[in-house]
Amino acid sequence: MSATIATPAPGTTGRLTIRLVLIGAILVLAVLPVLNQLPAESTLHVSDFIVSITGKWITYAVLALAIDLAWGYAGILSLGHGAFFALGGYAMGMHLMRLIGPRGVYGHPTLPDFMVFLGYQELPWYWLGFEHFPYAVLMAMAVPGVLAAILGFLAFRSRITGVYLSIITQAMTYALMLAFFRNDMGFGGNNGFTDFKELLGMPLNTDNARAVLFYASLALLVVAFLACTRITQSKLGRVLVAIRDAESRVRFLGYDVTRHKLFVFVLSAALAGLAGALYVPQVGIINPGEFSPGNSIEAVIWVAVGGRGTLVGAVLGAFSVNALKTWLTTVAPDLWLFALGGLFVAVTLFLPRGLIGLFAKAPK
Amino acid sequence: MSDGYSPPLGRSKDSSAPVLYLDGVSVVFDGFRALNNLSLVVDAGELRAIIGPNGAGKTTMMDVITGKTRPTAGVVRFRDHDLTRLDEATIANLGIGRKFQKPTVFDALTVFENLELALKAPRGPFACLAWLLSGEARRRIEATVEEIGLTARMHDRAAILSHGQRQWLEIGMLLMQDPELLLVDEPVAGMTDQETEHTAALLVRIAGQRSVVVVEHDLEFVRALGSKVTVLCEGSMLSEGSIDHVQNDPRVIEVYLGR
Repeated sequence: MSATIATPAPGTTGRLTIRLVLIGAILVLAVLPVLNQLPAESTLHVSDFIVSITGKWITYAVLALAIDLAWGYAGILSLGHGAFFALGGYAMGMHLMRLIGPRGVYGHPTLPDFMVFLGYQELPWYWLGFEHFPYAVLMAMAVPGVLAAILGFLAFRSRITGVYLSIITQAMTYALMLAFFRNDMGFGGNNGFTDFKELLGMPLNTDNARAVLFYASLALLVVAFLACTRITQSKLGRVLVAIRDAESRVRFLGYDVTRHKLFVFVLSAALAGLAGALYVPQVGIINPGEFSPGNSIEAVIWVAVGGRGTLVGAVLGAFSVNALKTWLTTVAPDLWLFALGGLFVAVTLFLPRGLIGLFAKAPK
Repeated sequence: MSDGYSPPLGRSKDSSAPVLYLDGVSVVFDGFRALNNLSLVVDAGELRAIIGPNGAGKTTMMDVITGKTRPTAGVVRFRDHDLTRLDEATIANLGIGRKFQKPTVFDALTVFENLELALKAPRGPFACLAWLLSGEARRRIEATVEEIGLTARMHDRAAILSHGQRQWLEIGMLLMQDPELLLVDEPVAGMTDQETEHTAALLVRIAGQRSVVVVEHDLEFVRALGSKVTVLCEGSMLSEGSIDHVQNDPRVIEVYLGR
């Protein structure tokens, strides 16, 4: 039989190269906080700024992975993933607020400052439990997950796809932004949460905390990447790709398309929430601006620029677009939005497979 | 029948039991009779060709059988099931597979992966995540790949297949679902002569294990199938028999072949 002829599976060498590049990239990232500890005169010294901004980008990369899983594989273009990210951030923010305890400006033993200011007598019921770290982490995944489940169930069951779904998700994040701006929501209104003191007994705003949060984010990125790889390389991944390309045909094969889309959408939202939960302690603030529709669109552009439908592309896009943004908003802040728009148009026209398409050969 | 032999239960190969039974089926769209008192019986393992001019009701008939269109009147039965009461997915799962005119395969996936998705297996997201290709499943897929003549292209993406190969792949996907009745709509439209020959041979091979109903315009192809032919015209059956019989039927010549 011809089966005995040993031919390497297509793309094996390419996959090996990608794997080596990824391991190299992880090592380069992992060494940053170490280099940060070197004396400032050393040529290898890395500034606090680089470490904290890279830690932030790593959480963005996780968000990009989440978006890519839903959009690049299952064809669900969510323009509201920033909301899931922000909800995860708020869950962590509530935990951090509870940990401030009596160290607030008003010195109230339990109530955060803004509640004292607004005349709250006791904690609202939905704040209960957030003093426990595991509960806050659970909520950072569960709240976005449940929201995605409800929204997804209604939309996918009614076979709302394409641009209509995108508009609905965009409206969702806008509605949440308006809601969180309200003082009587109990989430600090337009000021949100800030002035965090500590996390897991570790004072924030120290080199140590910065490094721990950096490594926690990097670990999340690696685990999320491996999990997404596992999913996309399974038969489920191929079903999702099939749904993306010919949804009704998949239904005709007897698959319950709604359940598959719901699975990936909920998972994606929970992952975005986790990313947000690691983002907030690193930037030290969360406010309703995180829900702004522009954030969600920007995150989709990261994925488009990097190369949707490839997990490496999503991560690459998150890092490269944010690096560009950091540089450009320093040298020419007014140009950033034009550059972002131009980038999106250029990628769509000239690089439909994204930056990753420059390196990887077109699929056979 | 009465010689004491009883056929095995389940999928009966007893040709006296029709697999598909249509009687007096009419479909009226806004006063237009797409089907008019149509009757059709397809036996187990039979290969049947259905021809007719445009607008004769061939596709409407397929729609009625697969639950896409509800008949205004008449009986549509698949074995013991009343198809007029069931939805598309249920009918598909009963064992009626349909190939549409335009081939729809998943371009981003390989031939093998296309067939793997079609293979009968638990369809939920968790089952798909945990799915491991068993040796038996692999053999079944490989056997089907061979049957449809795409062994050399097994690990190529469907996007780069030729039109004919895509049609065969879709027939292969239907076979993976293991249907008892296969409805094939214009399989050779746009095919080269050689591809048409291959397709005829493929359908003849498939029939026998299951019933196959082929709707087609191409008379040379229908001749190559060597099956019983039903001629539809204006929503009713005009003539039925061998290809030679219907080609010599004066009514058929008048409405269809003569022009």
